[in-house]
Amino acid sequence: MPLLNTLPDYVLTTKTDEVINWMRKSSIWYMLFGLACCGIELMHTGGPRADLDRFGAVPRASARQSDLMIVAGTLTLKMALPTRLLYDQMPDPRYVISMGSCASCGGLFQLAYSVCDGVDKILPVDVYVPGCPPRPEALTEGLLKLQQKIMTERWLSKEPGRNGKAAA
Amino acid sequence: MYFQFGVPLALTIIGMGFVAAMFGLQKLLAPRNPYARKLIPYECGEPPTGRAWINFNVRFYLVALIFVIFEVEVAFVYPVAAVYLDWVRRGNRLYALGEVAIFLAILFVGLLYVWVKHDLEWIKKIPE
Amino acid sequence: MDALSIYARAKERFGDKILEIVEKKPDPWMVVDPKAIVEVCGWLKDDPEISMDCLSNQSGVDYKDRIEVVYHLFSYRHRHGAVLKVRLPRENAMVATVENLWKSANWLEREIYDLVGVTFEGHSDMRRILMPEDWPGHPLRKDFVEPLEYHGISTVRESPIIRLDTKKK
Repeated sequence: MPLLNTLPDYVLTTKTDEVINWMRKSSIWYMLFGLACCGIELMHTGGPRADLDRFGAVPRASARQSDLMIVAGTLTLKMALPTRLLYDQMPDPRYVISMGSCASCGGLFQLAYSVCDGVDKILPVDVYVPGCPPRPEALTEGLLKLQQKIMTERWLSKEPGRNGKAAA
Repeated sequence: MYFQFGVPLALTIIGMGFVAAMFGLQKLLAPRNPYARKLIPYECGEPPTGRAWINFNVRFYLVALIFVIFEVEVAFVYPVAAVYLDWVRRGNRLYALGEVAIFLAILFVGLLYVWVKHDLEWIKKIPE
Repeated sequence: MDALSIYARAKERFGDKILEIVEKKPDPWMVVDPKAIVEVCGWLKDDPEISMDCLSNQSGVDYKDRIEVVYHLFSYRHRHGAVLKVRLPRENAMVATVENLWKSANWLEREIYDLVGVTFEGHSDMRRILMPEDWPGHPLRKDFVEPLEYHGISTVRESPIIRLDTKKK
């Protein structure tokens, strides 16, 4: 914590950030949060043919041991409260991928009385993966986009200011 | 004379140093964001109910106890097996065998007791 | 035995308690007095030539002026079925439970209570089964109004389907 985002943009600090981010993006452990049909595609993506394990992403059952939550399936209002609690119990830094159209916007069931239209009503989402259900290749693309997002994070060096220069 | 301990010493220092570096990096760089909802006990998304300190079934303790006793017994039998050939060469074969046999017999009586009392079964039948 | 003969026998036995027998293909049904439903169902289950040993479905229907509970019975022994209906007023809809005859009625009646609002007297566990415990209202009623938010989560989202519709006009 004392060194977080304190040093200016030298080669050493930015390269160390890159190495740290590369180590982090290559072992994203995701929480198995399959709620509906997208959960089947999530299982397929973790299966042998379209393998998520080759990116270092292994499934974890517990929120305490995961740093990515792939919300796969329709989120009902009844399930929304435990989902928020599970997100709260994940350790920082944490990410959320909203998989499928039901998790992104309510999908097919938008007009239903019991459906929460999109998981972004309760959680901050990093990547939206469209599809009903998205193919394993599409979910893998979503994970790769998340990896690109992780590579832009800064640990030792300062966050850049608005005009691109390092913040004061 | 003590040079043979140089390699384990180097290994110890590097190992401890590696762990210290990992922890140090974590203390310096890791984000730390605790808040009340994050710290409550994990119960798969449900709000936790009941106390965390509950009575657990005593058979867990019994199984662990029996395991430890016989594990230690095995640990004691290994050195006997290691030096048995020496004792045979010196002609004290029966003496060694007798010692080990008495040791095992005493512990076997304990095993018989536990067996008869149905403590080896996980699910005990209630006598009708 | 086909359904109409079962209804005829029930009419002989119970007389006034069977209010109506409607012959509509493919499934004719009979309307039973709500106060006598347990008696009629018990007789249908126990009579050896009818022996309805399975309640295959129980559902609630909301018409504008009344609520109906529909029982679909089936007999594995004789391989025939029957349909019973019970008419209830919309306010304070109550009827006795058939849980003691067929255990499957436990969850079926909980679902009817949850979605249509019919209370079953004598039920061992009368609470909601699909909607959350603190949900206001009964969703499958015709006059159900969706709440605007639930525990702080708003239930309104601008649907692109509707927006496309208005653009076409």
